[in-house]
Amino acid sequence: MVLRRIIRRLLWGGATLACIYTVTFLMVVSIPGNPFTQADRNMPPEVVRALEARYSLDNQAAYFVEFLAGAVRFDFGPSFQYKDWTCTQIIARALPVSLLLGFSAMLLAVLVGVPAGVVSAVHRNGPLDVATLGFVLLGISLPTFVTGSALLTVFAVYLKVLPIGGWGRLSHLPLPVLTLSLPFMAYIARLTRVGMLDVLSSDFIRTAVAKGLDRRAVVWGHAFRVAFLPVLSYLGPATAQALTGSFVVEKVFSVPGLGVHFVDAALNLDRGLILSTVLVYAAILIVLNIAVDLLYAWVDPRIGEAA
Amino acid sequence: MSDAPNSARLEAAAGSGGVARSGRPRSRAWRRFRRNRLAVAGTVYLGALFAVVVVGLPFSSSWYDVQAPRNAVRHPPARGRVVDCARYERAQQSSRLGQAFAFAAPAFHRAAAWWGYDSIGRSVLFRCLFGFLISMAIGLGAAVLAVTVGVLWGAVAALAGGAVDTVMMRVVDVLFGLPYILMVILFKIALETPLDRLCGGRGQLANVVLLVVAIGAVSWLTMARVIRGQVLSLREQPFVEAARALGAGRLRILVRHLLPNLVGPIMVYATLVIPQAILQESFLSFLGLGVQQPLPSLGRLAADGVQAVNTFVGYWWLIVFPCGLLVTTLLACNFVGDGLRDAFDPKSQAAPLA
Repeated sequence: MVLRRIIRRLLWGGATLACIYTVTFLMVVSIPGNPFTQADRNMPPEVVRALEARYSLDNQAAYFVEFLAGAVRFDFGPSFQYKDWTCTQIIARALPVSLLLGFSAMLLAVLVGVPAGVVSAVHRNGPLDVATLGFVLLGISLPTFVTGSALLTVFAVYLKVLPIGGWGRLSHLPLPVLTLSLPFMAYIARLTRVGMLDVLSSDFIRTAVAKGLDRRAVVWGHAFRVAFLPVLSYLGPATAQALTGSFVVEKVFSVPGLGVHFVDAALNLDRGLILSTVLVYAAILIVLNIAVDLLYAWVDPRIGEAA
Repeated sequence: MSDAPNSARLEAAAGSGGVARSGRPRSRAWRRFRRNRLAVAGTVYLGALFAVVVVGLPFSSSWYDVQAPRNAVRHPPARGRVVDCARYERAQQSSRLGQAFAFAAPAFHRAAAWWGYDSIGRSVLFRCLFGFLISMAIGLGAAVLAVTVGVLWGAVAALAGGAVDTVMMRVVDVLFGLPYILMVILFKIALETPLDRLCGGRGQLANVVLLVVAIGAVSWLTMARVIRGQVLSLREQPFVEAARALGAGRLRILVRHLLPNLVGPIMVYATLVIPQAILQESFLSFLGLGVQQPLPSLGRLAADGVQAVNTFVGYWWLIVFPCGLLVTTLLACNFVGDGLRDAFDPKSQAAPLA
């Protein structure tokens, strides 16, 4: 039963991936010009033609099939910008960095955000709630390059307890992870609070309170299980975003992750890299969404039966 | 519609939906909004800010780009005296608005002194005032675009149903699967040339419009989903059924019964898109893709400030003022948005444990 669900979802995911590939391809193709025809290069036409042939720029339809055939075998072809690298090599180097950074950030966000949201819902309008709300709103309103730079200034420049930037040692982790997790943490706290308030005003909670159940048991045992569902469905897209969309954090802390390639590939019109980063991002998103769906059915059995 | 007046009254009674304890739902929502202190504070703050920005517009619009090198990275300059006054006067003379409001200039110069000057001697105050306007324009523009497209898409999908609904929502799913920042950049690159031509060579205006379109074009997806869900559940409500039974047509049901019930979520979402769009623009500015120099935006100023402070921490006013303005603006927008949501969603009011 569960297996059939997974297979069906995976098939849908594959179809979605194909659509995403086509849309991205059309977008990239519809943009005029490529790195070799830029005015400042001033290359002889024969060279341009040779280069275009080498990167299959002269036949879009053939490239569409060629790239797809390669992508199935995780071979994304050459990159325009990084001459000696294939896109597969670039992604293989950058993805683990982004995965570590993103997963750590999401873990921190859940571990802090969820309890904060529950506490602020239970103590509605109390000082704890106001404090959480303040933190949440700051987290949502502050651009990450500001929080990141502030953390850098305090911990790396003044206190000198952590390195300014880079990657490779354990001490490189805390600052980017904290910076990346803050907006997610804030949003999770907010989602949890709203969900908790919603559940706490429902009838079965009133019954539980009326029959004299312990407050803590009601909050964590009854209400939290329902209130966590919206957070769970947010976790899928949020994790995908944290894994790949951390370009600002990566830039501030000079982390060699995948986020930079999203920006650079698009700016350089590096077709192979654009397509491969989009495919990797979409695949991660789809897999995470399936995982969240399965978790969802596990937490709330009603949904599993309905589907 | 044979017995129009009667059925209209019945429809109106049906349209009010929930329990009409006192007054119409809209006025009750307004009352709840007014009770929310943070939301009111946010509204007042934004209003006051707008007032200051509008009053300062005659100066900021011509002075945001005045470079007075003798002011470079000063804060505050000697006792509020305007250094390089001639440059400002020349800029003021060249704009009709500036001439008309000349009497207020000294006051703004005194204020500008306290906000300091950047590395090439441009006033942080005037850049912030003008940048606020540009940021707000981008936020509002993106919100209008996102809401229009999202509401139409979601409502049409829900009302059409069947295969049309499936296809339209699949499209949203696919677009959701595209990485946001890459799409914005590709949009910008793709639309740059045609828009430039459309704006007749006024490249800076074209760039701002481009930002609005790019950010708005990726922000409507959530709205479409929300509206589709709302329309789907509203469509089955007894009051819609009642209206249909009384002979109301499809268009009338949509306009007279569904849209009024959608005003809440639409307003809430719109107010929450504004701060998001401003934030997105600031990320783009940080990457060098946002508003182009010399035009300021709050995000651009904050990003520039961060870079300036990274090289020399002493220039605190380059980051404190733009970031402070950016953060308080976003906070106020979020307060208002949250207040609206609470006001339009009475369910989240009473909680026995709270």
